[in-house]
Amino acid sequence: MSQPLVAISGLTVAFNGVPALRGIDLEVGPGEAVGLVGESGSGKSVTWLAALGLLPETARVAGSVRLGGEELLGAPPARLDTIRGGRVAMIFQDPASALNPVHRIGKQIGEALRLHRGLTGAAARAETIRLLEQVGIPDPARRIDIFPHEMSGGQNQRVMIAMALAGQPELLIADEPTTALDATIQAQILDLLSRLRAETGMALVLISHDLGVVADLCDRVGVMYAGRIVEQAAAATLFAHPAHPYTAGLLAALPDMDGPRRRLEAIPGFVPEPWAMPPGCAFAPRCAFATADCAAATPASAEITPAHHVACLHPARSTPAAHPARNLHP
Amino acid sequence: MLRFFAIRLGRALLTIVLVVTFAFVVLRLSGDPAITIMSPEAPPEALAAFRQAWGLDQPIWIQYLRYFGAIFQGELGQSMRDGRPAIVLVAERIPATLALTIPAFLLKIGLGIPAGVYAALHRNSWTDRAVMAGAVAGFTVPSFVLGLILVLVFAVQLGWLPSGGQDSWRSAILPIITMALGGAGVLARFTRSAMLEVLGQPFIRTASAKGVPWPQVVRGHALPNAAIPTVTIVGFMVGSLIAGAVVVESVFSWPGVGRLLVVAVANRDLAVVQCILLAVASTMVISNLTVDLLYGVLDPRLRARTS
Repeated sequence: MSQPLVAISGLTVAFNGVPALRGIDLEVGPGEAVGLVGESGSGKSVTWLAALGLLPETARVAGSVRLGGEELLGAPPARLDTIRGGRVAMIFQDPASALNPVHRIGKQIGEALRLHRGLTGAAARAETIRLLEQVGIPDPARRIDIFPHEMSGGQNQRVMIAMALAGQPELLIADEPTTALDATIQAQILDLLSRLRAETGMALVLISHDLGVVADLCDRVGVMYAGRIVEQAAAATLFAHPAHPYTAGLLAALPDMDGPRRRLEAIPGFVPEPWAMPPGCAFAPRCAFATADCAAATPASAEITPAHHVACLHPARSTPAAHPARNLHP
Repeated sequence: MLRFFAIRLGRALLTIVLVVTFAFVVLRLSGDPAITIMSPEAPPEALAAFRQAWGLDQPIWIQYLRYFGAIFQGELGQSMRDGRPAIVLVAERIPATLALTIPAFLLKIGLGIPAGVYAALHRNSWTDRAVMAGAVAGFTVPSFVLGLILVLVFAVQLGWLPSGGQDSWRSAILPIITMALGGAGVLARFTRSAMLEVLGQPFIRTASAKGVPWPQVVRGHALPNAAIPTVTIVGFMVGSLIAGAVVVESVFSWPGVGRLLVVAVANRDLAVVQCILLAVASTMVISNLTVDLLYGVLDPRLRARTS
């Protein structure tokens, strides 16, 4: 990758002394679409909330997050305010509660236009209507004056996206953008994100626990487990040749769309609680390939093939026979 | 909207009727006005004449119906004690009461809401704890105790302010502060919890994520949402503008509606008690109605349901 847009290195977060992130290294290139997958609590959202300074003050954040060379961790609030919603925008899981219930949607989008592009009055209104049109809200000139509760969840998410686009961001972070939506609406929102990325050239970070969603939209995927990225590769590589036993386990737990019927494989055991992390590799207690070495030290991330990084002492080196590449689309 | 009003108004009238009925029954069953006003040693003929003059010799349900019939003709009756119209007696006292309750009300809002917002924004800091300790002290200490403490300190010990009466505006200071501190404490606690609730909502994070500076997030996004529950408490306080000073007026011998009520109840002076209750119930009902309308203004989600 040439100069990355965002470079996160050694990012750690702890809440009240309990670690939530245990050293994240991740880069996002300009215009690139990166997926972050993992179970809830694995740190996908916390990574980006920490990067943008959106965690509560009780969170202890350390490491480095650079945006185009500028360090964001510890940046003054006024500086972060120009970056958030400007160069980096973020949308969230439950659009119905992510919008302010007492303000009209036009006002909420207009606020971002005023802050980041200095637009007010008629110019802001015209641009708001254009943005609503761009995200596929029908009859935007009328809809601009309604309240969030007067729209469906899918339309609220479109409004959130319009609000995110208002600052003409270089990077959009979509934190589980479709989890709270119906399956048909999910597909529409994902199509919209994909189209907008093509139209604007912005980079996209898609946080999801749904491998299918990520496979669809992303160039590159990072798999998170217990506060670390355990595997990172181009989407096609990762799904065809998962090297970390956890990634392989996630893929094995998905049904085949066109293969023969088979019993889905569950990963045995549970994710360790953050205050009771096992020594060494956090996945070792659940891993069929674990040896005594695995508990000795946390495995460092290594590049096993070009641009394919795995933090595992016993990565699978080739296509696992049990888990052939398969169509992930539901 | 008209339907909404009609329902609210109907409910309000029913509330007033129930209040008046309840007071009528309790007062008439708990003592004989003839004896309390004329004294138990009065000759039986005089008592009988008094009862006849005020209709107290009739069965209680006839008295009740007559009383209601009179109210609907705008006739609230006369004081059995001095024969003047009850409404005049009450109206005379209202300005004195409002002279205490309105400044106290403004002080409650002026102290309570900013204190609550401040405490919420500095949650778990020592200033938050100090503000909340003060608030709890404010509303747990009964007003007659607080009033007496203030009298002891500022009237008896320091001699800065009068301990009671209505000689000058300085007499009003201690009763106003006594009333305001309790209400401000209640309001501070409610405002704090309303703010904390709102500050934890996802839309606050959204506002920060789109680059709204924190002071603007608080003013533009948190406060308008926190105002919704706070208005309920403020509404209660408006409702008690007339009746809320009974204890404090007694402690500071302030000649307001509250003291009139105490005297009228002691004398079983039915017309005066009823007149005060009507005034109190009406202010309560009007303030509740205003609060309901304000909800609609503050919260668009409720607007849809009421219109």
